[in-house]
Amino acid sequence: MSSEVVIKVEHLTKKYRLGVLTADTLVEDLKLWYRSRFGKKNHQPASNDASRIDSDGLFLALNNVDFSVNQGEILGIIGKNGAGKSTLLKILARVTAPTHGCVKIKGRIASLLEVGTGFHPELTGRENIFLNGAILGMTRQEITGKLDEIIDFSGIENHMDTPVKRYSSGMKVRLGFAVAAHLEPEILIVDEVLAVGDMEFQKKCLGKMQGISKTGRTILFVSHNMTAVRNLCTNAILLNDGKLVFRGGTDEAVSGYLGGAMGNRVHFRFDEQNSIGVDALKITEIRVYASGKKIGDPILMQDKIVIQILHERMPSPQRYDISLQFKGEAGEILFSNGSGRMETPGYKQGKGLLEAIVPGNLLNSGIFEVNVMVVENRRNIVHRADSLISFTVVQNQSDTGAWQGRARGDMNPVLEWTYRSE
Amino acid sequence: MPDKGRNVEKEEKWDLIISPKRGLFSLNIGELFKYRDLILLFVKRDFIANYKQTVLGPLWHILQPLLTTLTFVIIFGNVAKLSADGTPHLLFYMIGIITWTYFSSCLVKTSTTFVSNAHIFSKVYFPRLSVPVSVVISNFITFFVQFLIFIVFYLYYFFSNKYVYGFSPQYLPLLLLLVLLMAMLGLGMGIIISSLTTKYRDFSFLVGFGVQLMMYISPVIFPLSQVSGKLKYLLLCNPMTPVIETMRVICLGKGVLNGYHLAYTACFAVVTLFIGVLLFNRIEKSFNDTV
Repeated sequence: MSSEVVIKVEHLTKKYRLGVLTADTLVEDLKLWYRSRFGKKNHQPASNDASRIDSDGLFLALNNVDFSVNQGEILGIIGKNGAGKSTLLKILARVTAPTHGCVKIKGRIASLLEVGTGFHPELTGRENIFLNGAILGMTRQEITGKLDEIIDFSGIENHMDTPVKRYSSGMKVRLGFAVAAHLEPEILIVDEVLAVGDMEFQKKCLGKMQGISKTGRTILFVSHNMTAVRNLCTNAILLNDGKLVFRGGTDEAVSGYLGGAMGNRVHFRFDEQNSIGVDALKITEIRVYASGKKIGDPILMQDKIVIQILHERMPSPQRYDISLQFKGEAGEILFSNGSGRMETPGYKQGKGLLEAIVPGNLLNSGIFEVNVMVVENRRNIVHRADSLISFTVVQNQSDTGAWQGRARGDMNPVLEWTYRSE
Repeated sequence: MPDKGRNVEKEEKWDLIISPKRGLFSLNIGELFKYRDLILLFVKRDFIANYKQTVLGPLWHILQPLLTTLTFVIIFGNVAKLSADGTPHLLFYMIGIITWTYFSSCLVKTSTTFVSNAHIFSKVYFPRLSVPVSVVISNFITFFVQFLIFIVFYLYYFFSNKYVYGFSPQYLPLLLLLVLLMAMLGLGMGIIISSLTTKYRDFSFLVGFGVQLMMYISPVIFPLSQVSGKLKYLLLCNPMTPVIETMRVICLGKGVLNGYHLAYTACFAVVTLFIGVLLFNRIEKSFNDTV
């Protein structure tokens, strides 16, 4: 199917000033200017996320994001809080301008970053339908033509002549969504509006949005509600720290998000107080990454997964090993393995590194957790830390074109298939 | 599903390109016109919202200038005994106040455009200029109503033979010009201030004081003919001075009608509006990050 590209996002970058933005008065700004001109350099604002601060001390809310959207696609945009979703939406909705890059759009675009924008509390429901519709870009004629439909959809016919200030929050949402649902743009951008309203109304909204997309219109949908994203969207993009980390099937993106949201535990150090292990073997640091990539990069199904365990050994007559138990999404143990497999490891006193490599094309996409255990004399477990490590495996991006869904099961080894006729 | 079956990548025809900076002068009047329904709805909203839950409702439009006029008549006319150029004090102050109010309320209300609409502006795009334009229109309606009231008072004076002055219809186009100039001045200065207040809230404090100061160096309270020397030049610096004086010439037959003075006001208005729109255009794209 050759559909038309209706949105093209190219090298989109948005930078924000951190901290210094609080200069609200002219005097403060002059001071700031004076300091930057003649004084010492403005100290870098504190941030725990150094990778998102550029050389000028600006915060990168969006970092060189590229993607395109085809006509009729319902694209989910997911990511943690602060991943850059809202910034992306704001740029698409034209309420803020990008710092670099551009977005090219074909067709009429309407954005719904909030329902009921511009509702005036003193005006009645009916008057607010007109006001809100006009703010969203409808003409008075269009609204008049759809007024009955809008009122009907909202389900609050009896309150149309009541000032909106007497409405409950749910009623405001209903009215707001009813107006928005009857916008007829070619591209609709929707943010989290389904987070409110009762179940029945949410269903109605989802249905309406599905209906809209069937008519060939394009929807960009941002939500934290993974069920809604899964049900509604055909594809999704996953943002992380201002970067586009995944573009493809919804299921993949969602599991990638869930992994990220629960915090992939792929790199951590232990200090004296909360060390893992026994006196004879103390784990100081654990690193998990895809072979050939950096820690924190997405781990694809085809990647070999490297698990490094840095530790310190004390002199001891016993042999101490590390053992790992891999668990799937449901928590059941898939397989176990340990350094006890090595016949003559030649352990020495002091600092050491144990490295285990999980072969590529073994684990299916999903979230995996690993129990880490210290084993004495290859027999007795003397220390165990449950779910110490957790990482997410995502589908190989090239695969998504063929089969968009996720194969079932936690494991997905590549079987060798052959065929001969007999 | 429309399957156009043509090569998409080759075709570079986009309806909208969102990019970091817009050209300095790219004011999209056409877009503003497309949103004319919104502008009218804003006018309606302001009108309704202003008078909901007031007993007197739109009557306030009339009472406000009347009460101010009365105050001026008592303080400046009766107590301070300032000259009214031989016209009745009531009519003299009333036309001055009505005229001044139109300009000043355009200025004051548009000067908060960005700050007081931040919640809408940060959620949805529409031409931002539609908000100040709607303010100017709704203030014009107020001005129009107040002007009608002035005519009623004038007719009273006319028919009771207290003050007779024949209105000359050839001044009518001039009246339209004055209204336009005031709208341009108020809008221009207002949006300049609104653009500056997005970064520096200091300006919002200056507005109230500045407008008041400007009124005292305008002929609202005393006629231009009564001042001389340096003070006269100071008064003539105020672009509103020729407007008020001309207004009095048209309505009361007394005052200074000077083409050069009016030309100065016109230039001032054009330049102010030009700078205002320029600034506004620049700020409109980035203000969500600074407001």
